[in-house]
Parts: sequence; C-alpha cells; structure tokens
Amino acid sequence: MSTPQPQSPQAAPAWQAAPGPSYAPAGPGYTSPIPIVPTHLGHAVASEWTKIRSVRSTMWTLGVFVLLVVGIGLLAGAVVSSSTSEGDLGDQTALSFGFFGILLGSMCIITLGVLTTASEYGTGMIRTTMVACPSRGRVLAAKAVVFFAVAFVVTLLSAGFVAVVHVGMLDQARRPTGEEWLKATVGVSLYVALLGLLSLAVGSIIRHSAGAITIMIGVLLAPLVIAIFMFSSSLEKLREALFQYSIPNQLGVFYAASLSESGPSGWDPLWIALGVTAVVLGAAFALLEKRDV
Amino acid sequence: MIELEGLTKRYGEKVAVDGLTCTVRPGIVTGFLGPNGAGKSTTMRMMLGLDRPSAGDVRIDGQHYDRLRDPLKYIGALLDAKGMHGGRSAFNHLLCLAQSNGIPRSRVHEVLDTVGLTGVAKKKAKGFSLGMGQRLGIAGALLGDPRILMFDEPVNGLDPEGIHWIRNLMKSLAAQGRTVFVSSHLMSEMALTADHLVVIGQGRLLADTSMADFIAQNSRTYVRVRSPQRERLLDVLHGAGITVVAAGDGALEVDDGKAEHIGELAAEHHLVLHELSPQQASLEEAFMQLTAESVEYHAHTDAPPEQPWGAGWTRS
Repeated sequence: MSTPQPQSPQAAPAWQAAPGPSYAPAGPGYTSPIPIVPTHLGHAVASEWTKIRSVRSTMWTLGVFVLLVVGIGLLAGAVVSSSTSEGDLGDQTALSFGFFGILLGSMCIITLGVLTTASEYGTGMIRTTMVACPSRGRVLAAKAVVFFAVAFVVTLLSAGFVAVVHVGMLDQARRPTGEEWLKATVGVSLYVALLGLLSLAVGSIIRHSAGAITIMIGVLLAPLVIAIFMFSSSLEKLREALFQYSIPNQLGVFYAASLSESGPSGWDPLWIALGVTAVVLGAAFALLEKRDV
Repeated sequence: MIELEGLTKRYGEKVAVDGLTCTVRPGIVTGFLGPNGAGKSTTMRMMLGLDRPSAGDVRIDGQHYDRLRDPLKYIGALLDAKGMHGGRSAFNHLLCLAQSNGIPRSRVHEVLDTVGLTGVAKKKAKGFSLGMGQRLGIAGALLGDPRILMFDEPVNGLDPEGIHWIRNLMKSLAAQGRTVFVSSHLMSEMALTADHLVVIGQGRLLADTSMADFIAQNSRTYVRVRSPQRERLLDVLHGAGITVVAAGDGALEVDDGKAEHIGELAAEHHLVLHELSPQQASLEEAFMQLTAESVEYHAHTDAPPEQPWGAGWTRS
C-alpha cells in the first residue's frame, strides 16, 4: 500500500478523456486504498450476528419462544398454586412446571435454527455470502456459534425467570437442590440450544426451510406419538425405547419429570444431544464442502 | 486478471461448460456473450468458487478463489439481483458483507451513495424494484473496492437511465485499471461497453477477440437496390462485373458495392430505382450467426423442417 490511489469508483470517469476502446497493453492494475485485512472466523461471526439480528423472523421466533415459555410457565404456576394444598405435590419441586413452556417453545428454536441456514438458500443470499467468504466451513461455523449463543442466552433467561417465579410462587413444593436448579436452567438451555443447532445442521443439509422444519418437528414429536399408539405387546420393548428416548421425555429428565424410571437420567440427555448434533453437524460440514452452492 | 484453463462442468450426462480456456485482462471491459443456456452463469459461478469445476482450473491473479483471504477486495461480483434476504435492509445487507471481510462501516455509506440508494438504505430489500435490487447488488460488488469486477447480466431490469449509468460505471472502472468482466446475451449492449469479447455457445468457446476485430469481421456492408426493371438492372450490374445477391422481397443486395456507383450505372442506362440504400448487417445478426449452431432453446419457426426429424443430432 505504498502508492494509494485517490481514485474511487465515483471519481470523474477517465474514459471520457479518451473515447473509443483502447487496446494498449493494460496497466499495472488497480490498487485500492482500503487496507487489506486477513479475515478470520471473528469477521464471519460479526457478519452472522448482523444477519441474525437484522431479520424479522429472528424477532418473531424468539418473541414467540419467550411468550410460550414465560406465558405457559406462569399459567401452569398459577393453576398449580391455586389448586393444590400443602403436601399435594409430594416430592416434586416447583421447577418441574417449567417443562410445558420449554417443550412448546423448543419448536420456535428449531424453526430459528433451520432458518439460519436454509433461508439463505431460499433467498439466494447464500451465493452472496459464499462469494464474500469462500471458506464454506467458516461460514457454517460462524452461523453455529452465533445461533448457539443466541439460543442459549434467550432460553437461559426465559427458563431462569420462570424457575425463579415458580419457586417463589409454589412454596408448598419441595425446595430444589443446587443440582436441580442447574439442570432446570443451564442444563435445559444447553439442551434446547443443541436441539436448535441440530436443526441448523439439518437446514444446511436439506437447504429448504419448510422441509427441514417439518423433519425437525417430526424428530421432536413422532417417536412419542408413535409410541402412544403401539398397543401390541410384541412391540413393548420398542415402545419403551421410543418413550425413553423421545425428545419430550429427555427434556423432562431435566425437570425430574420422566415418563419412565429407566432410560436416560441425570445429564444423559445432554450427552445424547451433543453426540447426535456433532454427527449431523459434521455431515453438514462435509456436504457443504462437497456440493455446489 | 482471471485465467480459465480447460474449465469444464458436467451435470451428469450434460456438459454445461466444455473446456473453456481464456484470459480476462485488466484495464478493459471484457464482454462475456452467449445465448441463454450457453453456460455463462455456470462459468461465473465456477470463477467465484461457488460451483466446483468437473475439470480445469480458474485462477484469480494467480490464486484459486477459495484461497483468497479477503475476497471482496479482489473480486466484486453481481451474480443476480436476488442474492439477498428480502427482509434485511439495504444497509444491513451491505454491512454483513463488509464485516465478513473486515471492511470499515463507512465504506457501506460510500457505496450506497455511489449507486444512489442512500435514501432507501433503511428500507427492506424486498420492497425494491428490480432496478434498485440490481443497484444494491452492484453496491455489494463495489464494497471492497476490488481490482476485478464481475457482472452477470447487469442491465437486466434497469431503465434507460440505469443502463446508461452502469455502462459508464463499467467503463470508468476499467479505465482505473481494473478487470471488468460482464456477461450478456445482448450483442448490441456489448457493442456499447465491451472492448474485448469472449463468446461461448453450448459451453464451448466460439470467439475470443477484440470488439474492433469482431466488428470488422462480422459486419457485412452491402447496398440494397430495388427497381421495377429488375432484370435489366441485373444485366447492367453483371455487365459492370458486380456480383448481386437476390434478397427475399424482390430487392437486390450488392456486397461491398458503393451506392454512388450503382446509382450512376442505373442513370446511364435510364433505369428507375425505387430504393438505393447502403446497409450494414447488425452485430446482433453476426452474433446470431456465430451462435446459431449452438442455441439450445430454439423458438420453433413456422417453416417446415427441411431435414427429417432428428437429423440434426449428428454433429459434423
């Protein structure tokens, strides 16, 4: 950058001085006054943050998410608080009533996760993005980082708020222990954010918003619904497994509200989600490198 | 400088781009011409690392596109006017592109000003007309003040004022020493902007020539003559050693003839002329002739086919 040229695109067009095409040997080429910065993941993260905050679908999905988690949470709390008396709740903690809002709200996070990647294919923005950042892996990594952070923080704030209100509201219930607090706030938020990250990876693979959302809603609900209608006793084992590993049941584990006594417990759902997400995200990275944009 | 070397793209059996080799040089506007479906956009996508070539290579100033660390400062590209999220404002669209390449925020305001969109910077892109979308795409291309600019059909959807603006923009960018590569399917548009031409048809290189050479080679000049005494005129012209071609509508066409000369000949022999006009075959015609073999999607003419169905499948 020793000889910065003052010329910029809007400067007086020099061609007017020399009309007609010129076939003289081309000059040394243009040198821009804008400094060259080697780009890294940080640039891509800043870019993705601008993208996610500047579209309305983010505000809508997150707005509805907060509304569902907080609204249903408070409603459940109010109903339980008015209809139970001392001792009714047995060994339950007040935290467990946050489950309903999170279960429904997770669909919003799934939608936002899918939209983060798939909507770029729908609009054609992906080509602009990939031209600006030819390192495809970096784009997907930046999307994953930004989305995960947003989903985790929003879930944590909503779930944390509901948990605090519930515990204050339902003094008939057992006081939750420290680990129970951690699971019902940080644990469940990590799980929901991972579910969103899985959706983001599926969106990147499917490249079609509606298709990817449908798949993810299916993953969320289908095992449970199918298991409900498995009456045959020969399918008992499968039915049990579907129940235990269905996402709603795994979510319930964080609230000690599991459908069955066996199956995943403690922090297991988080490790399962982590494994599945890692595999699918890995596939998304591999396919992104391989396919044409 | 952009170098293509044996660039090939196959989609299954179909070959979209077939062994394309050419160089796009800095300092001039290079027109990339071909009928619809010739493989122009596919070639451009491969240049930008969006599509992986089946064979061959593209180098940008000697490097592969995906090795560029700050690509927007090397290449600015307008691929299509829809390459943006409709729900995002023009400013935010450009901002996220700028951030991904470490370009300062102030530059976003500059390019918005350059393309005349400052007034609608906060408006959502989906409310934009085709022409405004095109301008926003061009703003994105200019963002990094790049040495190479690539425009895919930039005049599509622009009004005459916009077309004029983009022509001047491309010429001034080239005059600053930048490489300007612009695709079009309109020869007439290229004749006004491009200094050099790369013509492809069905993915293959048909011509790689300077605009001046192309015009010299392909623009046939002739004189059109119409007379009620056609037969006598023919005799007179033959007598003078002038070759005449009969045009379809009863007129005669004299290649490389001078209108004055023919007029004087006719006067000498007391022939009545109804028309005597020097003509120049348009570049559009020359382009259509060049690509006639390779146009993929023909409109069917009313004339019955001269060859049996399927005869044209075998290539000579």
